[in-house]
Amino acid sequence: MSAPDLWKLPAAALAAGVREGRVRAAAAAESGWSGPAARWETEVHAVVHASPAARSRGAAAVQGGVLAGVPVVLKDNLCTTDYPTTCGSRILDGWTSPYDATVVRRLREAGAVITAKGNMDEFAMGSSTEFSAYGPTRNPFDLTRVPGGSSGGPAAAVAYGLAPLGLGSDTGGSVRQPAAFCGVYGLKPTYGRLSRYGLVAFGSSLDQVGIFARHAGDVALAYATLAGNDPWDATTRPDPAPDVSRWDRGIEGLRFGWPANLWREGVEPEVVEGLDEAAERMERAGATRVPIEFLPGEFGVAAYYLVATAEASSNLARFDGVRYGLRVPGCDDLAALYSESRSRGFGPEVQRRILLGTYALSAGYYDAYYLRAHRARARIRAEYASAFARCDFMLLPAAPTRAFRLGEKLEDPLAMYLSDVFTIGANLAGIPGLTCPLGRLAGGLPLAVQLLGPHDGEPVLLRAARAIEVKGARERLAAEHEVEFAWPTK
Amino acid sequence: MAIRREDVERIAELARLELSPDRLDQVAGQLSRVLDFVAMLEKLELNADPPAETAPAEALRDDVPNGRRLGAEIATAQAPEAEHGFFIVPPIVENLNP
Repeated sequence: MSAPDLWKLPAAALAAGVREGRVRAAAAAESGWSGPAARWETEVHAVVHASPAARSRGAAAVQGGVLAGVPVVLKDNLCTTDYPTTCGSRILDGWTSPYDATVVRRLREAGAVITAKGNMDEFAMGSSTEFSAYGPTRNPFDLTRVPGGSSGGPAAAVAYGLAPLGLGSDTGGSVRQPAAFCGVYGLKPTYGRLSRYGLVAFGSSLDQVGIFARHAGDVALAYATLAGNDPWDATTRPDPAPDVSRWDRGIEGLRFGWPANLWREGVEPEVVEGLDEAAERMERAGATRVPIEFLPGEFGVAAYYLVATAEASSNLARFDGVRYGLRVPGCDDLAALYSESRSRGFGPEVQRRILLGTYALSAGYYDAYYLRAHRARARIRAEYASAFARCDFMLLPAAPTRAFRLGEKLEDPLAMYLSDVFTIGANLAGIPGLTCPLGRLAGGLPLAVQLLGPHDGEPVLLRAARAIEVKGARERLAAEHEVEFAWPTK
Repeated sequence: MAIRREDVERIAELARLELSPDRLDQVAGQLSRVLDFVAMLEKLELNADPPAETAPAEALRDDVPNGRRLGAEIATAQAPEAEHGFFIVPPIVENLNP
């Protein structure tokens, strides 16, 4: 295969080529930058940090491995020693971590090369990547629309072909919703399976590193590489992660939950048609549909925006102008240094969420808000547990609509929060979720569905994703994808 | 229930944030809408549900060094202001013996 086409290969095939000496690691690592990025990056703006020198050092260090030479784009809240880590915020402008996140170290040990840091909503707070201090990312399928968020940069980069793999973080849907908007796979693993060490914290009981890929098999490969106990993250589970190596064995005999009450209103008709299509494909593959009545997602959104903001108000207290990041000069006392540095360093959405979280935790309101939200969280977990007693996985939308327009929800925080109505429950319950692209709508935008599984249900989710994929969606997507992105005819 | 401008002022102080007068009103309005929305949790029957646990108990370890170490030089290397491995901040107490 000629060098200009390398970027189209799945990560597994590219790594095999490098291991077998057919492809040079440097050519593999540069494949996205020399091909599609040259055409698309200026318009899409998926990347906030890139460095040809770091890429070539990374490629020179490759010594085989399951991801030998595979380019990976990381969300800019994952710590790296060879690129800055700014979290889409002015307050961390120019800061470079003294250590690699555990997931980054594992990628490098497997032979992967970090080729870019991707754009994001500031501190992962947002659903459109418009809240980045470094300017918005645009959806590569329609430049007037958002790529979703908060991991919009890596999602868009994987979609247009900069890299076959990307990592994001998913606190309330920040991997699965942009994956849906950009037409790629997006996995939020079970809480505690991927280390959070070196992931800049937002809501620590909800945060989980997630995986973007254009092929279901690459999601499985990345999960197998990254999942596992980490002594430096006390919330990682000590037992071995589930085996996803048989992700292509089919779904004959499995039962999938069908919570149709969730999309009776407020969901675009095309999204509902996508669900019907996915369900039919699953049934043709030998799975059985189990109707389920499920608690409306708005309750999850309500609980989430109290728990997540409370945790964020505590986690973001560390940004105070003392140890790293922005400091406003000339302050006479420490209190002024804190408040002036934080007020200038944090953008409007981050400030809103810190205020909401501080309020929920403050004396006199704790029981009414934070404690009630935690009880609601327990209730939501119980709902999922009882659903998964009756089915092996659930099928539901990834988002209520296709990608929305830039600016559409910018001044209405609640409307933005509600775009996560189908993804937030998995974070509250700690269960895995996987966005699967189904194809493209008439206007050209991607259409996707979401699969949710019980704790450690990743093998079943990947099998189901494959069952949809082999029915032709992936092939159709790839063909259109090639027309759209490989040849600059737009 | 609505959150008032004075409430925003008070929590901003707790959170070490300074908001301009126009922003106080704007944020009070936005937070009020969010709080009106989360009030739906009152409709859930929750009395039987204990608060969710978040951390596994087995995560505790003995209080001994685990090999992870960030030396003072590295830790202060990117501080806005540092000297000899210490972070420099404005005075936090008055000088009692000038």
